[in-house]
Amino acid sequence: MATPSLVEPTRRDFLYLATGAVAVVGAGAVAWPFINQMNPDASTLALASTEVDIAPIAEGQSITVKWRGRPVFVRHRTAKEIEEGKAVPLSDLVDRAARNPNIDGGDTADATDQNRAAAGKEQWLIMIGTCTHLGCVPLGQAGDYDGWFCPCHGSHYDTAGRIRKGPAPENLHIPPYAFTNDTTIRIG
Amino acid sequence: MSGHSTYNPQNPVLKWFEARLPIVGLIHSSFVAYPTPRNLNYWWTFGAILSVMLGVQIITGVVLAMHYTPHVDLAFNSVEHIMRDVNYGWLLRYMHANGASMFFIAVYIHMFRGLYYGSYKAPREVLWMLGVVIFLLMMATGFMGYVLPWGQMSLWGAIVITNLFSAIPIVGEYVTTWLWGGFSVDNPTLNRFFSLHYLLPFMIAGVVGLHIWALHVTGQNNPTGVEVKSTSDTVAFTPYATLKDGFAVVCFFIFFAWFIFYTPNYLGHADNYIRANPLQTPAHIVPEWYFLPFYAILRAIPSKLGGVVAMFSAIIVLFFLPWLDTAKVRSAKYRPLYRYFFWIFVVVCILLGYIGASPPEGLYITVGRLLTAYYFLHFLVILPVLGLVEKPLPLPASITEAVLGPNHGGVSVVPSSSAAAPERRA
Ligand code: HEM
Ligand code: FES
Repeated sequence: MATPSLVEPTRRDFLYLATGAVAVVGAGAVAWPFINQMNPDASTLALASTEVDIAPIAEGQSITVKWRGRPVFVRHRTAKEIEEGKAVPLSDLVDRAARNPNIDGGDTADATDQNRAAAGKEQWLIMIGTCTHLGCVPLGQAGDYDGWFCPCHGSHYDTAGRIRKGPAPENLHIPPYAFTNDTTIRIG
Repeated sequence: MSGHSTYNPQNPVLKWFEARLPIVGLIHSSFVAYPTPRNLNYWWTFGAILSVMLGVQIITGVVLAMHYTPHVDLAFNSVEHIMRDVNYGWLLRYMHANGASMFFIAVYIHMFRGLYYGSYKAPREVLWMLGVVIFLLMMATGFMGYVLPWGQMSLWGAIVITNLFSAIPIVGEYVTTWLWGGFSVDNPTLNRFFSLHYLLPFMIAGVVGLHIWALHVTGQNNPTGVEVKSTSDTVAFTPYATLKDGFAVVCFFIFFAWFIFYTPNYLGHADNYIRANPLQTPAHIVPEWYFLPFYAILRAIPSKLGGVVAMFSAIIVLFFLPWLDTAKVRSAKYRPLYRYFFWIFVVVCILLGYIGASPPEGLYITVGRLLTAYYFLHFLVILPVLGLVEKPLPLPASITEAVLGPNHGGVSVVPSSSAAAPERRA
């Protein structure tokens, strides 16, 4: 091995390399359980979905429910808010993706007001209340766009929960949910 | 930890032992006979202060862990239990919580000392870089410790900081889920943070060992920045450094005790006495004071990834400092321009801390951006250029000459002319 240019690779060289390769694979195989144990465990993954009765939420009110350890906003929007949400041209948006897994093309569909609100029930806006910057819970009906304002580092969201100003890169995400009847939603 | 031991035991038992494990000799050569520059000032006592504070944190931490429960339903109450029920629990907790702040006060002074006297320059680059590693480990330890009481600031600090990793393109979300062990900061997160908070201080102790080893290979820098040239430039570690360090530690302990007994919550945040609530963010999240300058840099950049990159770069740049500073002269005492830039930099860091504690709006944003720009400018432009344009003041021929005057330039051992010439040219 000392003067490789003069010596043909030998059977011994091959054995060294092969042994080394097996050792590397073995070390990786042993390391994996130690790394993977930190991922969500079975009990965390099994977290049930949450049912919410939305009948008591009057127009202009919102509630916050907990789902997967996170806050979910359920807002009954006013006519003015819906109008403001619709009036925004797509070209004004920082993030043009709808971030709504409940519609076709979830992350690729345009972030129109219609694609953000509940299908056919545009007064309902249901979103994960976690700022897409660093995870604070934004305050409702605040900020420069009448929607949500995150006090942590100053992100402003509009009345459809779309990021308009500040460091957050994405619109507030929408959780998977469905109306089980006119006044009940199931999140998750 | 290097050099020849002058330790020569006469006692037959010690002799027998030394021949088998020369540890007493190692301690003797490292902390008794070890030559230290005779002109060290009190800024050089912070290394000893830091070592003592690490001991304080480990001892108080281990006993706190005997009473603390790392579970989201129990953690907050167990800390209150420490405060109210455990014998002297209030004292142990206040020592540990304020001890963390004292630790950071000492490390910042220690680091600025290095910046002022050019202690990071050849041949002490590895010593300096090990110091930056210790600093990173301390930040991780302090951050995870602050999560343990599970108050509002604990939880929301943890959420904001772990979310930094979600800025990593593509794998960001997997990384945060992996760190959390779930879909949000929750019980698995608290549990593992406790485990790591217990582990990291011992890793710090290990790196401190390497740091001191590297120090004893190159020898200490000193206020003149001129290398030791003869034995008349040094004094023995014991009693000179031992007693000076001991005195400084006692003074530091008085300062520390003042916080513990008179204003134990001054450096903390009132919101952390509110139990963690994942549905409500406190109106104003601030990290512990020692993270504020970096937090200000994070917020200065109006993009998520950009902010995170800037914040980490602010620390990573320190690893490259030995090569960014092009000046040959170490000490700011002989660098008429650098001396001003050093103090400007100190003020900029303090102002960044102030901005980090202020709400992210209006003028604070603009000022924060300017200060962040200056922080990087200092390392990436000012230091490299300064070394090329600055004309240093004449250096003393030796440490002895600097202390006793020009007629004592190390005459006792080497002729002053030959030893002094290269330094004068620098
Ligand atoms: C590098 C040294 C260390 C630093 C900088 C540090 C820092 C901290 C901080 C900032 C807190 C939060 C204090 C509060 O607000 O209540 C804390 C809590 C805690 N630390 Fe440490 N720590 C260190 C070493 C240790 C060690 C070695 C242990 C041993 C297990 C330990 C165990 C604990 C425990 C049980 C708590 C929770 C109780 C409490 O909140 O007072 N720490 N630590
Ligand atoms: S977490 Fe909302 S702006 Fe940073």
